[in-house]
Amino acid sequence: MTILPPGVSAGQFVKALAEFTAAVGKDWVITDDEDLQAYRDHFSMLKGQPDELVCSAAVCPADVAQVQAIVRIANRYKTPLFAISTGKNFAYGGPAPNVRGSVTVDLKRLNRVLEIDEKRHFALVEPGVSYIDFYRHIQERNLKVWVDTADVGWGGLMGNALDRGIGYTLGPYRDHFSAHCGMEVVLPDGELMRTGMGALPGSHAWQEYRHGFGPDPAGLFAQGGFGIVVKMGFRLMPQPEHWRTGLVTVPKRRDFIPLVDTVNYLTDLFIIGEPLYGSPLRNLRNDAEFVKAAEAFDEAAMDRIAASHNLHSWQVELQFYGSEKTTLANWEWAKELMLRNIPGAQCFEGESLAVPVTAEQIERTTRPYPAPYASQMRRNVMHGVPKLYVWWMPSRTDEYPDSWNESHLGLFSVVARSGAAVLQAQQDFDRIARDLGNKPANLSAISTPVNWYQSVFLLGNGAFGSNTRNDTSPEAKVAQVKLLREVLRRNAALGYGDYRAPPVLQDAVADQYSFNNFALRRFNERLKDAIDPNGIILPGRGGVWPRALRALRGALRK
Amino acid sequence: MNKLNVAAAVLVAALPLLLSAAEPLADAAAGRQVFQLRCAPCHGAGRGGDPGREMLPGTDALRIKYKGALPALLEQRTDLPEAVLRVYLRHGSWSMPAFRKTELSDLDIGNIAAYLAVSSRSGAQ
Repeated sequence: MTILPPGVSAGQFVKALAEFTAAVGKDWVITDDEDLQAYRDHFSMLKGQPDELVCSAAVCPADVAQVQAIVRIANRYKTPLFAISTGKNFAYGGPAPNVRGSVTVDLKRLNRVLEIDEKRHFALVEPGVSYIDFYRHIQERNLKVWVDTADVGWGGLMGNALDRGIGYTLGPYRDHFSAHCGMEVVLPDGELMRTGMGALPGSHAWQEYRHGFGPDPAGLFAQGGFGIVVKMGFRLMPQPEHWRTGLVTVPKRRDFIPLVDTVNYLTDLFIIGEPLYGSPLRNLRNDAEFVKAAEAFDEAAMDRIAASHNLHSWQVELQFYGSEKTTLANWEWAKELMLRNIPGAQCFEGESLAVPVTAEQIERTTRPYPAPYASQMRRNVMHGVPKLYVWWMPSRTDEYPDSWNESHLGLFSVVARSGAAVLQAQQDFDRIARDLGNKPANLSAISTPVNWYQSVFLLGNGAFGSNTRNDTSPEAKVAQVKLLREVLRRNAALGYGDYRAPPVLQDAVADQYSFNNFALRRFNERLKDAIDPNGIILPGRGGVWPRALRALRGALRK
Repeated sequence: MNKLNVAAAVLVAALPLLLSAAEPLADAAAGRQVFQLRCAPCHGAGRGGDPGREMLPGTDALRIKYKGALPALLEQRTDLPEAVLRVYLRHGSWSMPAFRKTELSDLDIGNIAAYLAVSSRSGAQ
């Protein structure tokens, strides 16, 4: 045992471990160095450093009563706890805690799908249920419901939702926290609470009305340390009969503005699932004249060069869920709107598949659009089928045969859902990166937003992909932490905030949300101190620190 | 060669002894089920799904690593007894993070090894 929780003596920690062992059994208190390896953040930018965020031990309860017992013991010994569900949130810290030396509460053994209703379209699950587990449960019972899955299917419904993860189908489902409906929480004093209709004993609608009556604290448990969620309800998407796609391209750079407006209209009428934006101009990324124009954001030159290559500037792939007839009618309407709103727009028929699609259709990587219009659509996530397809991103590939991506992939900032806002953000992020001596790996002028959340865009910035493969020395990783913090600071000065971050960057993101002298954070920390006076539940999570550990705010690699 | 690779190399050298010791206790049928759930999504024989990716990520990474010297598919490998698997699974390797005991128990690892011993002999894909 080499690491202790902050402020806890070795003697006290030994006593705490003995009590944890009495609560969950000796096999489920993990203190062996080899077994604790799996509780590290595999992609940590501080890996192997003296201040790497590692736990002191892991405790693995089998039921809610054991979770309550663990919390009560932790209160007695003032031992910080960090809860994980499937522990696979690798883009944002994996199973690693915010405070070095925390005891990790590994909830993977609570792995039951408690209920699925395919007529009322909901589920109730425990923390350890992964998307793959859940999908298998549905398939084995031939249920006609989908869960909107994260990209990497070994993640869990609950953990992903509590970190405000996102997906790909229709808007209400692909915002995973907003798709939740009712939760059961072990509070910092060990008491059990239910939100929404779950607070009404005997209610038959826990997973159908999330609000209940009066203030709803459910939001405190997302990216927050106010309790340990042990059950969570989710709204499920009924399986449609048909899925159809289509591609729209528009010729000029400024056509992005009416394109986004038109897609927003279709999105907010719930006509389409996630739209996928792209730029056919990436075909010109090796064209020196175009690169020069793009790096200068010279719109007239970009339009002229695009036209000379007979390329359109932007594209969006649309997807429709429903019946064969309704999806066709909606696609026809979408085409009518596009052609009416954007002179020169072109529309290309995509795919038209009966649902459920076959395994072969999920795996098929060819796309129906004529060259040079490429598609980045992964069919699996559009159909609620969890896979690990995207794991090529950090892995050894033909492009990178001798390296893997050892650090977190990058930052996504919240950008207003308009074409003009995106065109401005492209320039802002490009300038920030260059001012910091970090030339963007891709052309900023043709970077496109993701519409994972229905009502807003996220646009990538900061360090990406190949940047973290080039120099994997500890010094380079630490420099990357400092660089990303500065990127976050400069983003905030221009009104951009991030939606999610690994623990090492959470204080820096929280610093962005500073309205009225950090009124929101001060409110959260007043609540934290009242509800969790010993500061034991996920201290530092989401930038919210308990009084006892508040000195740790921003202290890591200051 | 890092510590992990050294440990794995030592264990591969002891392969015959390890195989004879581990196989009688392990359950290959149970191992197949765990493999399908926990390993095959990345190391299976399916196609990549992502545009431009013809193989699953783990299978593709091993294809590139071994350049044909060893099979890219784990189910065709004859050199992955329990002790070797344990090193990789408990420590992780390259982009594959480590697996916790709550995800894969020691018994699961033994059963997966037993399954791979069977699948590699039978030419499973």
